[in-house]
Amino acid sequence: MTIQSRRQFLATGAGLVIGLALPIKGRAQSGAAAVLSKDGSAAGTFAPNAFVRVAPDNTVTVMIKHIEFGQGPFTGLATLVAEEMDASWAQMRAESAPANDELYKNLFFGLQATGGSTAMANSYIQMRQAGAAARAMMVAAAAEAWDVPATEISVADGVVTHAQSGQSASFGDLAEAAARQTVPVEPALKNPSEFKLIGTDRPKLDTAAKSDGTAIFTMDVHREGMQTVVVKHPDVVGAAVASFDASAALEVKGVVAVRQIPQGVAVYATSTGAALKGRSLLTVSWDTSMAETRSSDQIYEDFSQAATREGGVVVEETGDSGAAIDAAEIVHEAEFRFPYLAHAPMEPLDAVLELKDGKAEMWMGAQFPGVDKGAVARVLGLDGADVALNVMLAGGSFGRRAQTTAQIGSEIAEIAKAAGSDGAWKLVWTREDDLTGGYYRPLTVHRMRAGLDADGNIVGWENTVANQSIMLDTFFDDGKSEGTDPTSYEGSTKMPYDLPALRVNWVRMESPLSVLWWRSVGHTHTAYATEVFLDELLEKAGKDPVQGRLDLLKSEAGRDRAVLEKVAEIAGWDGERVKGDRAYGLALHESFSTYVAQIVEVSDAGGYPRVHKVWVAVDCGVAVNPNVIRAQVEGAVGYGLGTALFNELTLLEGGVVAQKNFDTYRMLRIHEMPEIEVAIINSVADPTGIGEPGTPPIAPAVANAWRALTGQAVRRLPFKSAGA
Amino acid sequence: MTNFTINGRDVTVDVEADTPLLWVVRDELRLTGSKFGCGVAQCGACTMMVDGMPRRTCITPVGSVDGASIETIEGLEGREAEAVAAAWQGLDVPQCGWCQSGQIISATALLREVPKPTDDDIDAAMAGNVCRCATYVRIRQAIHDAADSMEG
Repeated sequence: MTIQSRRQFLATGAGLVIGLALPIKGRAQSGAAAVLSKDGSAAGTFAPNAFVRVAPDNTVTVMIKHIEFGQGPFTGLATLVAEEMDASWAQMRAESAPANDELYKNLFFGLQATGGSTAMANSYIQMRQAGAAARAMMVAAAAEAWDVPATEISVADGVVTHAQSGQSASFGDLAEAAARQTVPVEPALKNPSEFKLIGTDRPKLDTAAKSDGTAIFTMDVHREGMQTVVVKHPDVVGAAVASFDASAALEVKGVVAVRQIPQGVAVYATSTGAALKGRSLLTVSWDTSMAETRSSDQIYEDFSQAATREGGVVVEETGDSGAAIDAAEIVHEAEFRFPYLAHAPMEPLDAVLELKDGKAEMWMGAQFPGVDKGAVARVLGLDGADVALNVMLAGGSFGRRAQTTAQIGSEIAEIAKAAGSDGAWKLVWTREDDLTGGYYRPLTVHRMRAGLDADGNIVGWENTVANQSIMLDTFFDDGKSEGTDPTSYEGSTKMPYDLPALRVNWVRMESPLSVLWWRSVGHTHTAYATEVFLDELLEKAGKDPVQGRLDLLKSEAGRDRAVLEKVAEIAGWDGERVKGDRAYGLALHESFSTYVAQIVEVSDAGGYPRVHKVWVAVDCGVAVNPNVIRAQVEGAVGYGLGTALFNELTLLEGGVVAQKNFDTYRMLRIHEMPEIEVAIINSVADPTGIGEPGTPPIAPAVANAWRALTGQAVRRLPFKSAGA
Repeated sequence: MTNFTINGRDVTVDVEADTPLLWVVRDELRLTGSKFGCGVAQCGACTMMVDGMPRRTCITPVGSVDGASIETIEGLEGREAEAVAAAWQGLDVPQCGWCQSGQIISATALLREVPKPTDDDIDAAMAGNVCRCATYVRIRQAIHDAADSMEG
């Protein structure tokens, strides 16, 4: 159970385009070879569709249309295929599908795309149908070979059997004959009660290669004659090169050339070490006239001033919240501030491009591979069909590689264009490039106001959100949004609580600083603002955080209610918010149609929270692989916790990004990781996302516990900046 | 010229002495299991064993390891390494996988020194290895599992 080694595959040196023939070099039995072959059936390999390859050696390879960066699609999508094929898990393999927006499109987005925690949700039926079609063709092939009715044939654990005649065959035995059968259009799918693999823990297909150093990522790709390129980028995001002096850099042994590209000054070298040394010796002056030169403090002030009750557009309204709050017994107000954040995946951004005889081949971990591929074609003046992109394993992303602007594809293409010849180049970003490179989680201000009546009931709720738009003016902006961008305020609207009067405004702010979706997108700040503000209101009303929320839930909010009740049960919630030196806090938040409730136990670690334990209840529909779901929740909690405690990117006067590496942009470390207990709600609903939804509730849950412990309301993240 | 042993093999490299060992191993020797994460010894993704001790090779000049014996993830051997590998598999520790070579080197080094580490021992030995996917719960458990398996 391993992923296919890519070494040999990459060594073939040919384009990864569906329908393109290439020398197979002894890899005829691999899934990759089959998908690359002209007829899809090379050397006895059975390829019923773009996703499933059955080789004569009895392996079943699933071409995974979503990039694998730890969230588990290799294992999850292969499980769906294996389930409907009645395959044995031991024979399953997974490989990245190459860039192909038609064959491998995300059914929710219409192009090949990984994002929004949709990999499982959009593939659930499609991958099962792919597996069911393969199974039906296996059965038909066996029926033909044995001259028996197909209805008498059974399949289990990858073995096709005709009990009456005592005949059986493996998938591999039948592969060649199955390839000659008609592909069923709408193969019947199993009833969930018949599932054998879906719903049970199973080992991940990519664990072995990621535990012994053999997994190949973009930065590990080597091409003959390849040069490594690092680019001197501005430390004010959006600045352009005014002038530069490369004389010292060119003295470095191994530095081949220094060239200006639109993104900065590129140093071409025979090794990474030489490229980095050369870059360190460049002198560049920058033109910041088109860049963001305000400080973060100034941006906060500007956003805060704009976040008025009447500001921007009303994106949700029920009743007359203004009148209700004005007439309330108690009026409560708060402003919440959230910083710019970098995604900081462990593998910094990178790409490899080889240009030869008017054709380009790329290797990169792209969430929108067709977009990066298109940018390369555009910059290099190539036909789209002459550019191939191998989607690589990526060392994390958290949204960073989901580039509507093809930031990395464009940069490597400009590097090739500036070189002006055929060749191969590897673009390597450093951590400094990553943290100062823009595309941040938007800095956001929430201005909130609510009223309580004499009995402590919430009579009105208002929230104005001010931040930049991620989606408007990109290709996701279909014009139907009427100038609003739900990713900016999602989670502050459609709350599960029954509030008699409510109003949510969104104010679009402008800045040349680029922003991007960051693990759970708008929910990164809306869950905090809404769940902390609500908790404060319940406290003022003298209500229990769990019962107070249960009482407020809309009657139809059944899945919210179930996760809230479940988390209270596993945490042993008894209404005591403080016990000795420990305090307990709660948050409930739905994102990407997955429902999550968390309770945390914290203590005071010398002025900021130490989180000891996190209890999580999650409902993500059918739990395809509970092992992966628990892992994603653990990771999402750690990702959100470290960020809430420590992280902000600060723009100094003039717009220079202050934090440049992990010494000042501090990551959560093992001794700060809480114990985590995850309860998964049993469900037969179609699966929803799991990569992101564990992140939003952790920060508000910690803030609610911290307020119970210390009386301090943390209104600005990270906790470090709030003085916590 | 710098001479050293890597995974039991003698090598001579002709690179500037101030070149970080990480880039020599990745670019010249083409052993890419060790990763680049920060370049300033803050994340541990580049960790290799140098003369039996875990070392951040992104800031280790290759000239300083002349005559040294180096182990990378590709050549990690021995009872502790096998126990760690099995435990990592058993718990499906990796998510994105980028930091895991460094984690495994550090975990193996810990078990070679402390066969039965406490949680505090694990914190002290592993705090220098960042995992952005936050697989820490499983890293901790896998080290305990590996220790237990060596007892049995």
